[in-house]
Amino acid sequence: MLHSYPKRVYFIMLALTAIVATFPLWGASVFGGQSDFILEKLTLMLILALFAMSLDLLVGIVGLVSLGHALFFGVGAYTLALASPDFSPASLWWMLPLVMVVSAVAALVVGVLVIRTKGIFFIMTTLAFGQMLFYLVSTSPFTGGTDGVFIMFRPSLAVGETTLLNLDDPRTFFYFCLGVLVAGYLFLRWLTRSYYGQVLDGIHDNEHRMQALGYATSGYKLIAFVIAGVMAAIAGMLAAMQYGFANPAQLGWHTSGEVLMMLILGGMGTIFGPILGAFTYEILLFVFEHLTTHWPILMGLTIIVAVLVLPRGIAGLIIAPPGKAELLKTSLLRRLAKGGRKPRTDAHPHQAVMPKGRAES
Amino acid sequence: MNQEPILATHGLTRRFGGLVAVNEVDFDVKPHEIHAILGPNGAGKSTLINLLSGEIPPSAGEVRYRGKPIQGKSVRQIARMGIGRSHQKTNIFPRLNCLQNCQLAARIHMGGVFSSWRSRQQAREVNERALEVLETCQLVHRAYTPAADMSYGEQRQLQIAMVLATAPSLMLLDEPMAGMGREETAQVTELLASLTDRYTLVLIEHDMDSVFRLADRITVMVDGCVLESGSTDQIRRSEKVRDVYLGRHHEEVMA
Repeated sequence: MLHSYPKRVYFIMLALTAIVATFPLWGASVFGGQSDFILEKLTLMLILALFAMSLDLLVGIVGLVSLGHALFFGVGAYTLALASPDFSPASLWWMLPLVMVVSAVAALVVGVLVIRTKGIFFIMTTLAFGQMLFYLVSTSPFTGGTDGVFIMFRPSLAVGETTLLNLDDPRTFFYFCLGVLVAGYLFLRWLTRSYYGQVLDGIHDNEHRMQALGYATSGYKLIAFVIAGVMAAIAGMLAAMQYGFANPAQLGWHTSGEVLMMLILGGMGTIFGPILGAFTYEILLFVFEHLTTHWPILMGLTIIVAVLVLPRGIAGLIIAPPGKAELLKTSLLRRLAKGGRKPRTDAHPHQAVMPKGRAES
Repeated sequence: MNQEPILATHGLTRRFGGLVAVNEVDFDVKPHEIHAILGPNGAGKSTLINLLSGEIPPSAGEVRYRGKPIQGKSVRQIARMGIGRSHQKTNIFPRLNCLQNCQLAARIHMGGVFSSWRSRQQAREVNERALEVLETCQLVHRAYTPAADMSYGEQRQLQIAMVLATAPSLMLLDEPMAGMGREETAQVTELLASLTDRYTLVLIEHDMDSVFRLADRITVMVDGCVLESGSTDQIRRSEKVRDVYLGRHHEEVMA
């Protein structure tokens, strides 16, 4: 089946989740004073993973490459910033629905206009809408221009007078973001395996045939566009809560491009891949920034190599790990280590050619 | 056979620039018949099918389906009215398995995606229908194979299964046996022959044996015009057809 993966995928994802989730327990003893800073970084990675995952619904599942997805990320951030009262925290109980409704309307309006275009035209029209909003918020006085808007108080989650979750506490906010990410993952996993997901697979493979069968494909694509937009806006809202401000950079095309790179790095169309992509991208970024001021060169090279070596991203590496023979073939180092001798042929070359686990995927 | 035709065209014309691909064609299909369209390459057969399924709009003339004009309607609307078609090129969903391909086809004609979500009963019916057409097309053993991993012949059969899954009242098949081996062709011919009591078919096919074996009526097209139309025997006896089409065809075979 298309969206079922070998057991090891779930095992690895659960193990990684456990490592990240227990960070507040072991972080301080490993990283010492740095652990607060790393917790903040991890929170941001969780938020970006949600953002990348929402784009995967469009790019990987439906096959619509959007270069304007940050628009909705920004809509989430600015909705929070502009709707928050100045001298008291907003309640998440109405802030979250508000962000979802505003972003759904925005996605519906943009979607109706762009959904009929295909390929490069879809890329260009989504880019155009993203840039329109970018220039709108960076020149309007009510959005604070290029400075953006500060959020004085993080929204609170309370029932009556009792606070359910104190989101001002970095640890609590970290777990809150982790919870939202897991919920988002389970939602998308359910969606892609539903009857509706099957229609999206059909559109991805052969939209024309879907129409000839009688499907109004634009409607189904529009629904996916709105869902992706709302999820991106939730991520944007969380990011604004984390940073404490909404900024035009959050919705510019740089952000759209970055999240697309996370998606490609992680593996498109897998839903869990973009999570790995977001973490990998941010970790690489962190390392490269510390190595050199010319980090974009290193980043670019890494992405190019990743695309060449891992066409299906990190997720592809887990779904179908290369067999021993394949590694032997490609590993020049090993051949050199053997002193130029021919590598021994595998006992079962035919089995080795087929990467393990492909049959299960 | 004096039944009302299920589909009829009057003066149907399609121009591509200066080329008249389909020229004033009058054509009709009666319920439960197999109406084959023959003609050399470039005769306008596929263009005619595309006009009938709404894939391209006609330049002039009209198409009536069950007495109502359908030109101007979208491919999707015409499909929903019960005209199902297969394409000359293999046109399936490669990453989905055989069963899912047929489920997608069946579901939209059985209440749609979202009612399948609500009602288990309907989801089950879709599943049953998909399995039923796979059985008709002898693909049950391939139900869980991704379409991309099947042989070319099986993919062509899957195409027919998908059209059947939509339970069309009229099927337009554009060269269903194109590129198939002799054995597979015979198999598909048998399959199509078994459908006549339940379905109405318009069939474009180059394989003469299959056409004369299957068709109730044949329309021969040359250069966008109808050269001759009639029963299989009439076409076989027709001098005009022999000269223009069969003659040339046989010469090719001799050469």
